[in-house]
Amino acid sequence: MNTAAPIKDHRALRFLTAGSVDDGKSTLIGRLLYDSRAILADQLDTLEKRAAGAPIDLSLLTDGLEAEREQGITIDVAYRYFATRQRKFIIADAPGHEQYTRNMVTAAAGSDAAVVLVDITKLDTTKNPVPLLAQTRRHALLAHLLRVPSIVFAVNKLDAVADPAQAYAAVRDALLGFAEHAGIRVAGIVPVSALRGDNVTQPLDAAWYDGPSLLQLLESLPTAQERKDGDLLVPVQYVAREGEGTGNQPRTLWGRIAHGRVKAGDTVQLFPSGEVATVAEVRLAGEVVDVVEAGQSAGIVLDRQIDVSRGDWIGTPKTIHAAQRFSATLAWLDTEPAVIGRKYWVRHGNRWVQARITAIESRLDIHSLEAIDAHELAVNEIGHVVVETQQPLPVESYETNRVGGALIVVDPASNRTSGTLLVKVAA
Amino acid sequence: MNAPLSIEQLLPELDHTHLDWLEEEAIFILRETVAAFERPALLFSGGKDSCVVLRLAEKAFKSKGKDGQYKGRLPFPLLHVDTGHNFPEVIEFRDRRVAEMGERLVVGHLEDSIKRGTVRLSHPLESRNGHQTVALLEAIEEHRFDVLMGGARRDEEKARAKERIFSHRDSFGQWQPKEQRPELWTLFNTRIRPGEHMRAFPISNWTELDVWLYIARENIPLPSLYFAHDRQVIRRKGLLVPLTEVTPPEAGETVETAEVRFRTVGDMTCTCPVESPAASATEIVAETLKVTVSERGATRMDDRTSDASMERRKKEGYF
Repeated sequence: MNTAAPIKDHRALRFLTAGSVDDGKSTLIGRLLYDSRAILADQLDTLEKRAAGAPIDLSLLTDGLEAEREQGITIDVAYRYFATRQRKFIIADAPGHEQYTRNMVTAAAGSDAAVVLVDITKLDTTKNPVPLLAQTRRHALLAHLLRVPSIVFAVNKLDAVADPAQAYAAVRDALLGFAEHAGIRVAGIVPVSALRGDNVTQPLDAAWYDGPSLLQLLESLPTAQERKDGDLLVPVQYVAREGEGTGNQPRTLWGRIAHGRVKAGDTVQLFPSGEVATVAEVRLAGEVVDVVEAGQSAGIVLDRQIDVSRGDWIGTPKTIHAAQRFSATLAWLDTEPAVIGRKYWVRHGNRWVQARITAIESRLDIHSLEAIDAHELAVNEIGHVVVETQQPLPVESYETNRVGGALIVVDPASNRTSGTLLVKVAA
Repeated sequence: MNAPLSIEQLLPELDHTHLDWLEEEAIFILRETVAAFERPALLFSGGKDSCVVLRLAEKAFKSKGKDGQYKGRLPFPLLHVDTGHNFPEVIEFRDRRVAEMGERLVVGHLEDSIKRGTVRLSHPLESRNGHQTVALLEAIEEHRFDVLMGGARRDEEKARAKERIFSHRDSFGQWQPKEQRPELWTLFNTRIRPGEHMRAFPISNWTELDVWLYIARENIPLPSLYFAHDRQVIRRKGLLVPLTEVTPPEAGETVETAEVRFRTVGDMTCTCPVESPAASATEIVAETLKVTVSERGATRMDDRTSDASMERRKKEGYF
């Protein structure tokens, strides 16, 4: 591992932290905030009062709910903000408890990086390979499934083991073995002591480790970049009526461009109507611009009046392929199990349609990583399913495109977000 | 006096990519709100965060004219809950901005709730901040709003840090932190039943510094309260309490004049200024870069009662 070089990218790096209960996640975040001076005097004052003379508990900085403080656990995702000279960061602090996996999925969706905490004191480092905890595997796999671009392991509590060099090397080998088996590309394995602050913001002074500190590594990771090349795909989010706003503003189709770019004069095709039209002008916020591209919330004005509404898609001719039946990975997040044949609402892009799971083909065993036969999925389980929708949807493979490949599943009785579908399109 | 520093001189490293990204996200959320709901409203208190959201709403729904002004009207009204204890500068600013922009303003008066008997004060000078919830929920019911957009930021407070961008409220207007819906990518689950509503927070991911940078960049008008001015204050428990008719000096306290500005504006009974000579948004950016006390820690009396005071109020429906 080379010492990471900072990149100049003023977009914030969004990263999630995951780990089992008591792995020291809150302490690690507290340490990152504290050492980067994101903790302000009054917040520190509250902690010092609570500590009443003892060393302050950095984990108390992050648990914001009463139930969390009562139980000493993290229930829900909290978002924290800090900045170094190099970069701004947004931390999605995800809970470790198995029953709150849905919140870890919330944190992972949209993150540029995942920091999975490994508590070295819970592992038998004399074994070869070192057996990893189920939660470590689950969190790394979830991050991988959701295609979080960079996955980092932070091997914590090195202050609490007799031979940190040996322990770190053994755990690193086990993590690399697991990652290789699961197809996970690892962005870094960083030894830390969150409690003492070793190697969190300041590099470790030890002969057995010459890599970056956790913060240096985070400063060097890329933020997710949209695909500006390739075919145009825009989910229509909002149709501004003619006359809305200015009294003379044309009817504008607003949507965040999934991939590609578009300018006045381009030919586009609408889905599902199949109508073809020419782009008259493109807009960004309140103004007409020359070109708009992936990632931007763009306005497209067509040269003629076509029936387009929220939920439709704009593409280039013959680039949109729609399916009414597709395979997907389903991460189930609801306490009510997934029921084959029941009608759920799904949201794809900006469209809501009814859908049903027609088959559950397998469930992922998080220990063996094998797909095992299953007929239902319970809360926090991940499986391979076939889905049928009421109308054709222009689904893409989640692996290549998050916008076209992700759906949420909503229970029509409770309105709860029950699961998420990651589309796998057969080649 | 020295010439004021420009943002470029102050932050030579800043290339605005981050602000552009935040702006893009906020505009997306505002459009989503208007597209997904029947009867939206924008909470507008005249405070800096709601002024930022208002500008973002102009960008999302209006066109910029050749004179640089945004033309037309937003596709929703603005809603303000007036506790009756607001700073006069803020009310004056609110009414002036709304008139200039040609927007519709709906005001929910806490006084009306007191008259109806739905709010009962334990003593006349009690802080009305917490009681705003009742007037807010009554306004939601009266106007049948199904979503309220607001300027809350996750960096403000620990309970706010937990809140989703689209936050579900039950038919009692309550927030259930343990029941929050997973929020995946931007596939927002905006489905609600009649009587329920949502809160939408387009600037969730902004920090206090981002807000000031954006105000400076966009030249967003704010109430004069935010900039350095002389004011009569009382020093109480480490805070500067502004002298008003609802916050009189207690026995033995001295009133003095100090050069102050407000970092946040709210109810007069619980909002305190900080000592500062910063007279422009750029100067406030410079100060914010060096600040050592959180926005609420420096300025709010009511959040100090317990670690969970904000969470408890939010569970009851507080904004």
